[in-house]
Amino acid sequence: MSAMNTQGRPTKPEASASSDTAPATFTGNRALHLEEKLIFEKDSAGRSGIDMPEPPKVVDRLGGLSRGEAVGLPGLSEPQVVRHYTRLSQKNYAIDAGLFPLGSCTMKHNPRLNERMARLPGFADLHPMQPESTIQGALQLMQQLSHWIMTLTGMPAVALSPGAGAHGELTGMAAIRAALEARGEAGKRRKVLVPDSAHGTNPATAAALGFEVAGIEEDSTGRVNLKAFEASLGDDVAAIMLTNPNTCGVFEYDIRRIADALHEAGGYFYCDGANFNAIVGRVRPGDLGIDAMHLNLHKTFSTPHGGGGPGSGPVVYSEALAPFAPVPRIQQNADGTLSLVEQAEGDAAQAFGRVKGFHGQMGMFVRALTYMLSHGADGLRQVAEDAVLNANYLKARLKSEFSLPYGDTGPCMHEVLFDDTFLKGTGVSTLDFSKAMIDEGFHPMTMYFPLVVHGAMLIEPTETETKNALDEFADSLLALAKAAKAGDSERFTQAPRFAPRRRLDETQAARKPVLRWQAG
Amino acid sequence: MRYLPLTPQDREAMLATIGAASIDDLFCDVPEAARLDGPVDLPSHAGEMAVERQMSRLALQNHAAGEGPCFLGAGAYRHHVPASVDYLIQRGEFLTAYTPYQPEIAQGTLQVLFEFQTQVAMLTGMEVANASMYDGATSCAEAVMMAARVTKRNKAVLSGNLHPHYRDTTETLCRMTDFPVSETAPHVAGADIDALIAAVDGSVGCVVVQYPDVFGHIADLTPLADACHAAGALMVVVCTEMVSLGALKPPGAMGADIVAGEGQSIGNALNFGGPYLGLFATRQKLVRQMPGRVCGETVDADGQRGYVLTLSTREQHIRREKATSNICTNSGLCALAFSIHMSLLGEAGLNRLAAWNHATAVQTAERLAGVPGVELLNPAFFNEFAVQLSKPAAGVVDALAEQGILAGVPASRLYPDQTDLANVLLVAATETVEPEDIESLALALTKELAA
Repeated sequence: MSAMNTQGRPTKPEASASSDTAPATFTGNRALHLEEKLIFEKDSAGRSGIDMPEPPKVVDRLGGLSRGEAVGLPGLSEPQVVRHYTRLSQKNYAIDAGLFPLGSCTMKHNPRLNERMARLPGFADLHPMQPESTIQGALQLMQQLSHWIMTLTGMPAVALSPGAGAHGELTGMAAIRAALEARGEAGKRRKVLVPDSAHGTNPATAAALGFEVAGIEEDSTGRVNLKAFEASLGDDVAAIMLTNPNTCGVFEYDIRRIADALHEAGGYFYCDGANFNAIVGRVRPGDLGIDAMHLNLHKTFSTPHGGGGPGSGPVVYSEALAPFAPVPRIQQNADGTLSLVEQAEGDAAQAFGRVKGFHGQMGMFVRALTYMLSHGADGLRQVAEDAVLNANYLKARLKSEFSLPYGDTGPCMHEVLFDDTFLKGTGVSTLDFSKAMIDEGFHPMTMYFPLVVHGAMLIEPTETETKNALDEFADSLLALAKAAKAGDSERFTQAPRFAPRRRLDETQAARKPVLRWQAG
Repeated sequence: MRYLPLTPQDREAMLATIGAASIDDLFCDVPEAARLDGPVDLPSHAGEMAVERQMSRLALQNHAAGEGPCFLGAGAYRHHVPASVDYLIQRGEFLTAYTPYQPEIAQGTLQVLFEFQTQVAMLTGMEVANASMYDGATSCAEAVMMAARVTKRNKAVLSGNLHPHYRDTTETLCRMTDFPVSETAPHVAGADIDALIAAVDGSVGCVVVQYPDVFGHIADLTPLADACHAAGALMVVVCTEMVSLGALKPPGAMGADIVAGEGQSIGNALNFGGPYLGLFATRQKLVRQMPGRVCGETVDADGQRGYVLTLSTREQHIRREKATSNICTNSGLCALAFSIHMSLLGEAGLNRLAAWNHATAVQTAERLAGVPGVELLNPAFFNEFAVQLSKPAAGVVDALAEQGILAGVPASRLYPDQTDLANVLLVAATETVEPEDIESLALALTKELAA
């Protein structure tokens, strides 16, 4: 119903000045844009949002170590707390609200059934150290998830415990290191080959395990330069860490050749599976010659990103590496029950160790298995097809105004990579362009990654967008590109204008770090 | 398929725009031998109701901790989580947002992290905290690595009373980097601070001590901190039950240089061990050696206060192989749950929650100490303690589980090689334990130990 004036007639707004010239409000709020103080700055009269009766009187056994001084927390009621976090939430962009085309991050729809299943008391209210007779359903779930992962990847073993993708990399590379130790070659094979286009976690992981990192340049199509790769092979090479589909958004079509040459030279093949979403159900990494690969359950299998985790990064292993997988593992007993193997002994004697407390991200396992059962083998294949179709569609729609760093040499996979050549001479940078996208109501694409491409813009629409949403997005981006080329640089350099905050001073934040609130 | 919106007509139209004859054309770069003709050998898609039924069947095969008395701890604690915590973390703007790399449209997540860091720093008594790690065990391993960077000494001493999963996680990472680690022996009769002091010398980069420790012991860590600092080493304090710091002197007040904690017990369900919340706090002067994401305050172009991820020159996406850690993500949603629960509690609520935990544990300990065949081993404790039974604890725990009582964690599960700990049971009692639960446990133990 439209608004009524005092006579009960519908009101008609007067033509007015644009919001840019509107006077500042007295509160600093702008209608639904509500300013929100820090929780520590709120009115706090010693309340609590939780009612608890007086505890029973006992003689304390704290050994004289009672906390003398206050923690310093404010005291608020439940409505104050709910309002605080509701207001804060409204300052976030989210996949629930709109297209979130962050390349390499796979921001797809998060089904709410997954959330409901993770909260079943039989999963959520389960202590990790309960006796085995009380957790058979949980172990079955982990076994079922393992079965789905091994079948989809075509790999014979999986370690579920890593807490996130980078942690999965560490768990995969640690098994490689353990295998080299078992061969007596850990001292000799210290070099890990990492393409320059790789995620930063790859070289950081190799370094964290004491390996030396050797970069490999890409060829004219954004793929591994085979000549450079073959020239770096030798008996000092432990492994390659290769993302496939890679971060330039293309499939490494020479992957079998890379695997064979590497194996010939005695190295292991670590595949970064961050982009598995593009091939799930259509290609099994096990058929490509890899030895270890992590999966990001929060990407391909849609466990929520949660504003930065928690993730979950199971690792699959080849026969060669399977004996070195970490504990815990699940084993089937003669009577059909399942057990957790928590120590490196018996069949797990060669396990390289443990990477995390307890047994892994169970809450994420529940969500991922729910997602897998919902899609099924047919739906997961459709996921890959639609993800790739959507990315190629955006590429087709955008390529007239945007620039492809390696030319239009073939299809991309689930994401399309542009560079900033099309912005040359406009005074608009990739950053400016991204900020202008914010004003248009979109989350920007991944920018300045991969590092091998100047001013990179990596766009991943995912399979959960409609054609209509892609068209709106493409139309907006084309309009922006044309505006930049037409000299309307202020639209970009001043953006964002309509977000809860304008551009933030990151230099000041880093130079004089203020990392917490301090009482005035 | 309900999550996939493209219609066959859409797909046809899009392929035409692309100029591809079929979807297979888009996968032409995949080696032919690796292309699957049809779906893999797994079930087909299923509706919500069917999936819910299947998952519920699995869930029902577990005994949820809340179905009966639960005295399990050892690094994971069953506390009440207020309804509003779980409601708020499921708001799509939090649940389905990414890492706040575009700060202008992620101020919600960023302000939460800034408040979270402040709460963690306050609770631990430290100057600064990061935006969280995977879990307590990985925080501990990262703390040891950080101490080595700070002191330039690749050697660590771990307390024998450090949770064995934390020890194993740390040792695994250290072994891979040829980093010597030594441990003191587990000491069930009390916090063995003297053994740790004796192990400190000028070659040691850090000493890792747990507080309260895996057997529930608490001790003043100031003498250990003094010994560490005199030798140029750092004291790393691990805390797996953050509620305890509502009642106990915080590590920061006893000279801790790094606190590596597990934040699960505030705001987060048990979840069979994950996802949990690694906490990491340290001194301001060491922040540039700190691993993990961190959020900082700044101003925007209009001079308004705002927040950004900062100090990223330590991190892998900038520094690559020279990063302080390979960690990329944090436990954002778990940190949010922690932070909301802390906000709801407030000073008074946290004090009361801690007091309830301690009172319940004291009552449990006193009742169990009266059971023939049970000996209380702790001179002091918070909400968890160790008892020596007259029988191997593992068998007793299994027998009580048959009666629906989760009696505690047998030390043998954590220390399988330590035969002297076979009869030791770790018992935790939080505010969720009721007087009847204590009585059930005591009666069942009496019967089992007499049998």
